[in-house]
Amino acid sequence: MIKLERRRQPSQAWSYATPALAVVATMFFGGLLFAALGKNPVEAIRTIFWEPLFGEFAFYYRPQLLVKGAPLVLIAIGLSLGFRAGIWNIGAEGQYIMGALASAGVALALYPLEAWWIFPAMIIAGALGGFIWGMIPAILKARFGTNEILVSLMLVYVAEQFLASMSLGLMKNPEGMGFPGSRNLQQYPSAFNSEVITNSGIHYGVVAALIAVIFAYVLLSRHMLGFQIRLTGEAPRAARFAGVEPARLILFCLGVSGALAGLAGMFEVSGPSGQVSIDFNAGYGFTAIIVAFLGRLHPVGILLAGALMALTYIGGEIAQGNLGLPSAAIQVFQGMLLFFLLALDLLTNFRIRFAVRGTA
Amino acid sequence: MNRRSLLTSAIVAFGLAAGGAAAQDKTKVGFIYVGPVGDGGWTYEHNVGRLAIEEEFGDAVETTYVESVAEGPDAERVLTQMALGGADLIFTTSFGFMDPTINVAKKFPDVKFEHATGYKRADNVSTYSARFYEGRAVQGTIAGEMTESNIVGYIGSYPIPEVIRGINAAFLAARAVNPDVEFKIVWAYTWFDPAKEADAAKVLIEQGADVILQHTDSTAPQAAAQAAGNVITFGQASDMSEYAPRPRVSSIIDNWAPYYIERTKAVMDGTWESSDVWHGINEGMVGIGEISDAVPAEVKEKALALKDSIAAGETHPFTGPINKQDGSVWLEDGETADDGTLLGMNFYVEGIEGSIPN
Repeated sequence: MIKLERRRQPSQAWSYATPALAVVATMFFGGLLFAALGKNPVEAIRTIFWEPLFGEFAFYYRPQLLVKGAPLVLIAIGLSLGFRAGIWNIGAEGQYIMGALASAGVALALYPLEAWWIFPAMIIAGALGGFIWGMIPAILKARFGTNEILVSLMLVYVAEQFLASMSLGLMKNPEGMGFPGSRNLQQYPSAFNSEVITNSGIHYGVVAALIAVIFAYVLLSRHMLGFQIRLTGEAPRAARFAGVEPARLILFCLGVSGALAGLAGMFEVSGPSGQVSIDFNAGYGFTAIIVAFLGRLHPVGILLAGALMALTYIGGEIAQGNLGLPSAAIQVFQGMLLFFLLALDLLTNFRIRFAVRGTA
Repeated sequence: MNRRSLLTSAIVAFGLAAGGAAAQDKTKVGFIYVGPVGDGGWTYEHNVGRLAIEEEFGDAVETTYVESVAEGPDAERVLTQMALGGADLIFTTSFGFMDPTINVAKKFPDVKFEHATGYKRADNVSTYSARFYEGRAVQGTIAGEMTESNIVGYIGSYPIPEVIRGINAAFLAARAVNPDVEFKIVWAYTWFDPAKEADAAKVLIEQGADVILQHTDSTAPQAAAQAAGNVITFGQASDMSEYAPRPRVSSIIDNWAPYYIERTKAVMDGTWESSDVWHGINEGMVGIGEISDAVPAEVKEKALALKDSIAAGETHPFTGPINKQDGSVWLEDGETADDGTLLGMNFYVEGIEGSIPN
């Protein structure tokens, strides 16, 4: 007979051990899955986890990990602030799109002017675009008590339509022979989010993501506002007695997460993606929700979770190409990882007791 | 490692990858797909082409593929990975892979790239596409004859020239046999999303359409039509014969295999050169799936006659007089459309209701 017993205090040791345990469990069960598909499980696991980091072409994949992970971390940091306070911004994908559109709009309007201030102006526009899109659910919730989950999620679809409209109309490349999609900003030096160090993968978005991690860490551990955020999430009534204004907190959390998501979109559209196209959004806004929870809503945890997600994406692609694994198997594998991480989280708060039937 | 040595090592590794590929006797051919190989449509047919390469050359080739790749930076990474892995020839099988293909091709001058449906080329990048609109004209003929409600539904993917060209071609052919026919067009903004495609089909059926044409890749519209009963459909990209004889009465089949085999051969012989190919029914790149018994014999005959006439070069689906939607003259009597206009087509012809979204 197995019994679960709640711990008085969440176990510190287990909270560090469970992620590692989850990775091991995923490797084991993922290996079984790959074996069932007729592939060598050791080879497959090695390809996913080892190849991008230390394999023959790691010099290419390591920078790519940063490129893939940066937007996830940037968005997830913003989301985690709200999530901690019980404010659920599910629409980061929309804010990401609006940030990208606002910044690309600035660049395309100025094309072909070359000036040093164009890139900073795009950064501001990107943050503002995401911020405004995040403010819609924030104001509606603060003023009328609407549900921010629904409003922010629905606004994703509005943003997607807006994106399609822009790539087919206003922002369409006039030299694109009628095809949808904007000019490629990679070929517009003043607007190009180039790498800070060549071939390192470190573009300005990666720098911004690291700054966001530090900023969030300091905010949560050292600042009054951070304390209010944590208190609201853990004990809403106590927070109210402590003088926390819920409306202000809602505006702050949705505003910051919107602005960070907008920034992520800005760095993506001006760098790795390069252009506004109908399918520009690749789901970063939704994946970031997973990254936020995977990182336990802690800034450093999110940094690691973002890196892990990026690793499984890139390793998964290599496994597809080299070993012929279907993409669905890779997705199942990623799903397993998330499942084990969350399931084993139980051990942090609960203790497993093996009791003999008679005495229980 | 400092910046310089990192760069050097990258260049050395790039060189090694290319050199290593040349030293192997096997020719490596890579494919990247926008959807899953099991979509039953667009990607499925490209994968059939890949398998045909394996069949043709056996042990002399090795093929790899990565499916469901998002159009954008992910595609660029997957392409780089294939090139690093020693691919000699890479087929990038969706329009949105255009810029990533060009970017990666620049870094790997010794690897040959083939991009489907795009317009950007380089010394090591070819483009290829099929004249699907020829097949659309045959579909339009059957649709115009078969509809009783005189409403034909059309599920568009994205309002890009290729799709608009298909709508125009089908409409002109339908009007030619049935002056009362009207087209209702729904944009799904996806190439492959069974749920969205099914919704689009249901909306069209509710609006009275009894024929559904689709420019999306899944079989979901076929299933929706089957559920509705008295509605006919056409297979898209693939034969979709599992829905024959009703609702699927015919299909446009993309037949990439001959082209893929030819280009692989060219790489093996060292005769590969950058080119731009736009083949149709005549060359066999566009196939018309069997017209089922649900279609009356005389309609079938008419459709096949049109197909043969297009294949023989006697009929061009865009032959004047044709006006644009706004009533202005596009083609004079007897004039045929030039490829440049067709490739960039961004207008409806006269008679189609509604406007192209932008």
